[in-house]
Amino acid sequence: MVSFPGPLPGLDPAWSRHVTATDADGVERRWHVLDTAADHAEGDPAFLGTMLCVHGNPTWSYVWRRFLSAARPGWRVIAVDQLGMGFSEDPRGSLAHPRTLAQRVEDLSRLTDALQLSGPVVAVGHDWGGIIASGWALRHRDQLAGLVLANTSVHHDFSSGLPTPLRPARALADLTCVRTPLFVRAATALSRPRLPRDVRDAFAAPYRYPADRRFVGQFVADIPAEPTHPSRPALEHIARGLTSLDVPVLLLRGPADPVFSEAHLRDLHARMPHADIHRYEGAGHLVTEDAPRTANDTWAWIAARVEDGEPSSGADTHRTPAEHGPAWSALLQRVRDTPDDLAVAQVADGRRMTFSELEADVAAVAAGLAAGGVTPGQRVALLVPPGIDLTVALYACWRVGAVVVVADAGLGLAGMRRALRGAGIDHVIGIAKGLAAVALLGVPGRRILVEGHSSAIGALVRRPHGYGPVRVAETLDDVRRRGGHAPAPALPAFDAEAAVLFTSGATGPAKGVLYRSDQIRAQAGHIKVLYGLTPADSFVAAFAPFALYGPAMGVGSVVPDMDVTAPSTLTAAGLADAIAAADATTVFASPASLRNVVATASALDAAQRASLARVRVAMSAGAPIPVSLLRKVQTVLPNAELHTPYGMTECLAVSDIDLAGLERAGTGNGVCVGTPLTGVEVSIAPLPRDPAEPDGLPTTAPDVTGEIIVRAAHVKDHYDQLWATQHASARDGGSHRTGDVGHLDPEGRLWVEGRRQHVIHTADGPLTPVALELAVLELSGVANAAAVGVGPVGTQALVVVVDTEASGPVLVGADLTAAVRESAAAVTRVPVAAVLRTSAFPVDVRHQSKVDRARLAHWAERVLSGGRVGAP
Amino acid sequence: MRVLVTGASGLLGGDVARALAARGDDVTVLQRRPSGLRLREVLGDITELDSLTRAVDGCDAVVHLAAKVNVTGSWEDYRRINVDGTEALLQACLGADVRRMVFVSSPSVAHAGRSLVGAGSGRADPERARGHYARSKAMAEQRALAADARGELAVVAVRPHIVWGPGDTQLVERIGRRARSGRLPVIGSGAPLVDTIYIDNAVDALVAALDRCDDARGQSLVVTNGEPRPIGEILAGWARATGAPAPTRHVPAVLARWAGSGVDAVTALRERLGHDLTSDPPITRFLAEQLSTAHWFDQRRTRQVLGWAPRVSLDEGFARMRRHYAHHPLT
Repeated sequence: MVSFPGPLPGLDPAWSRHVTATDADGVERRWHVLDTAADHAEGDPAFLGTMLCVHGNPTWSYVWRRFLSAARPGWRVIAVDQLGMGFSEDPRGSLAHPRTLAQRVEDLSRLTDALQLSGPVVAVGHDWGGIIASGWALRHRDQLAGLVLANTSVHHDFSSGLPTPLRPARALADLTCVRTPLFVRAATALSRPRLPRDVRDAFAAPYRYPADRRFVGQFVADIPAEPTHPSRPALEHIARGLTSLDVPVLLLRGPADPVFSEAHLRDLHARMPHADIHRYEGAGHLVTEDAPRTANDTWAWIAARVEDGEPSSGADTHRTPAEHGPAWSALLQRVRDTPDDLAVAQVADGRRMTFSELEADVAAVAAGLAAGGVTPGQRVALLVPPGIDLTVALYACWRVGAVVVVADAGLGLAGMRRALRGAGIDHVIGIAKGLAAVALLGVPGRRILVEGHSSAIGALVRRPHGYGPVRVAETLDDVRRRGGHAPAPALPAFDAEAAVLFTSGATGPAKGVLYRSDQIRAQAGHIKVLYGLTPADSFVAAFAPFALYGPAMGVGSVVPDMDVTAPSTLTAAGLADAIAAADATTVFASPASLRNVVATASALDAAQRASLARVRVAMSAGAPIPVSLLRKVQTVLPNAELHTPYGMTECLAVSDIDLAGLERAGTGNGVCVGTPLTGVEVSIAPLPRDPAEPDGLPTTAPDVTGEIIVRAAHVKDHYDQLWATQHASARDGGSHRTGDVGHLDPEGRLWVEGRRQHVIHTADGPLTPVALELAVLELSGVANAAAVGVGPVGTQALVVVVDTEASGPVLVGADLTAAVRESAAAVTRVPVAAVLRTSAFPVDVRHQSKVDRARLAHWAERVLSGGRVGAP
Repeated sequence: MRVLVTGASGLLGGDVARALAARGDDVTVLQRRPSGLRLREVLGDITELDSLTRAVDGCDAVVHLAAKVNVTGSWEDYRRINVDGTEALLQACLGADVRRMVFVSSPSVAHAGRSLVGAGSGRADPERARGHYARSKAMAEQRALAADARGELAVVAVRPHIVWGPGDTQLVERIGRRARSGRLPVIGSGAPLVDTIYIDNAVDALVAALDRCDDARGQSLVVTNGEPRPIGEILAGWARATGAPAPTRHVPAVLARWAGSGVDAVTALRERLGHDLTSDPPITRFLAEQLSTAHWFDQRRTRQVLGWAPRVSLDEGFARMRRHYAHHPLT
């Protein structure tokens, strides 16, 4: 045993103490623990409880230092060094007969007896420590207040072998764990972002010599890989026990963990379905290191779930059943009223379905899915382009009560991989290309092939009775046939979980957003009312998400001949042909597709122009659209009211404005997005002058800049497996913090001034970027502009980055610099430090328009501190 | 208030002395050669206790600007003038009735050659300071603040970063001449953000420090215009203001540093051989680093403590400089 070395990065030496307790064998042992020793002694009325933290292998209590320093008032935190680990006494044992799991749980229980922990306890464990913490929790149910498990597992299918990184560690435990520091060093070396050297050294501090590492080896040897292993019964006992645990549970997950997989997380979730989950994208096995916010998030969770007794998902639970049945009741209404009207058409191959045909097909596929094992609450990934097949698959899933997961190609391949692997997929319905992609991305689930969408990569998919490396279980036609003579599934609950959609990922990893059935219904209802859609209308669905709402609104739709994953492939002629094919009165599109429609308008013939002139309403969604582009669209769609809604994946349609409204609003601080829809409450949480201070109280007072907060029936239910993000976004009593900043004007119109994380925190207070950018974009020769802050928050320098029509060095010339400063001076008194040029503006994959200002800011900071110029 | 200003023959020292006198303070100036200021004058070396004793006699306060500021020279010279000189002045002050001292320092006393992005002032540290000037000023600042800690004399260290203005022969005019003869390249991208301070603002800040000395005592405050700009833009602005063309030739930053190292070596050698270096060499490694990395500072504490804010913006400063050189062309 080595002695505690004193100060280490992030660790207060005052926490370090030794405690003597008898171990499982009745021998007195000296434990080393980190202990905040409570500001309030037990018995003090302000005392709330103890957090008991158990590390895994090969770490020590150091791994919990942030949990100690972030402790909430009233809580004591004790992080133990397990016997033989860290700076605790060595209880002997050998690699052949390692200290067993049962002994370790007993050891810990006797330690907590010696510490006389009598009040409520939240048990916390990481890695193998999670199993021991769970074992302790099950033996102390009377005082257990909560359980937090980070990258751990209580069950592994040992018949499939150990996780790869553990194989050499187990087989060569002596060599890799004891005689060399390989295992000890590997644990921290894999951390991303790379840990500072002094932190890596601190992790290795107790394990410098082979004698200190004996228990690192013993821990590995105690993995009960063999059926006869002495720790197998204890592990199985703990695994079974967790299924009956009813205290709040939080599962922290770093997905980039080569040892503990998604399957391990799903197993834990299946045992404790009430558990809250937070996934830290990019973090790995040492999730508390890779994502330091785990400490604050865990304390926020304890405050909400343990102290205040908030319900599980953090969502608004005051729900009332919808008055008119399920999300697809409008479809049933059309089947009764006008069964032979067009429901869905696709121009590319001329396929069409009436409402009665659609309903019959949805019913058959739903019955077939249910008979094939799709159960309510299961997750089904849909990888089918918008059109008839997607519509049928989607409504069939909803009818079964399954949750559809829609990860579009707009997330990029890496984004799709993260999204789909993390979503806990049970089934995949996809075209051949989609199924090949999920196989490549390692997405689990039973695969159902939608035929008739051929592509080169799809040739990899093995058709039933055919050949190919990617296996599929069956085709959608097989499902349909089976459904023809299967019973209809039971009607799911009115508020059953219905869909996981993904944010664009323009500002960090894409977040899964969960909607319930009644929320989808409310959303479709809003769109229908907003654009005055009636059964006499039908619309062109050139904007993918809205293609799905047709049946829910009871309105026919037509998918134009375009690649919906590339919005700019919609031509004016393509749009006209789609309008003609369905007698469409309405167009739903995106700025990118409308830009191309304008660009290709000269190729239109007279008949096509006549079709376009029939359009009554056109709507552009997905990204902000400049007024100048809307004016050009008006020349192509002369009789259309041109609308653009403001909303987000978490709340589609918050407000709406048309071109006339935009012209009336003129210029101001930001982009005017119109008045909130009926039933949508918008308020503003004022930005504090000092970013370290909390926001002001939400207000509807005019001309106050702050974060936009939305409350509406169609706000998302919660973020999927992102407990802390959900908790923070819904902290105003069930409403949604949009992450956008803006203000309401005296006429009640909402103006968006930018993303919250793009606010520039200058010495003169917060500055929002959009108004400044719009002013700079007015300058001739400027093709794109972004305002970013460089330097420490609170004293950031304002930098304008432009893309100019002519190329040149990174520092733009004196004339343009002066012009930018003059434009900026009209908007803000904060001086522009520099005007930089890049021809590589980073934009999101999905919309090709949301500028990644964080990346630009990072680049600007590099350039402006003398670093390499390169590309952002 | 009776105030002694040391180093009044320099641009900043002269302006501070004039500003104090203009508002009615009774000003004495101390320097080696006559300053031409119509103020009470004591001629003498900053290291001579006799002349210092005469100079501080009857003064309430001292603004200490006298220093060796070049980028070359022997350590002995820097130590004698900057460290011993400050020490002698402190002794003289403590021996008289002086209650306040504004010690004019430099941000370089706390920072090594790395990039400074919105940096705080930091503590003076001779170990980290680069170059003779910065190291000697760091030692001097430490001694001045140590004197403050003894209680009788209130000392505040004010660190202006790159003071400039019309008539600045040391920096602006040298840049202007180099630009005119095409010998002013842009180092690297020219993009690193650098804080500077227009002369009038620096004068205001020192006067404010003198007035707030009792509240600000013991602190080190960096003062800048609070408008960091790319170094290339600033150099071009100076060049144009003196009537010269803006530089267009770029030299890679690595090359400049390497050249600077070479110059450092040559200069050291020439000094060792007894050459008197009257003019500074074209580039030193220190200067190359200054010109190719960011140097800008957090001004919030400074402005709050001093109750001061710059009155002249950079652009207004450039305009004033243009007007000056339109009437007084560079020779």
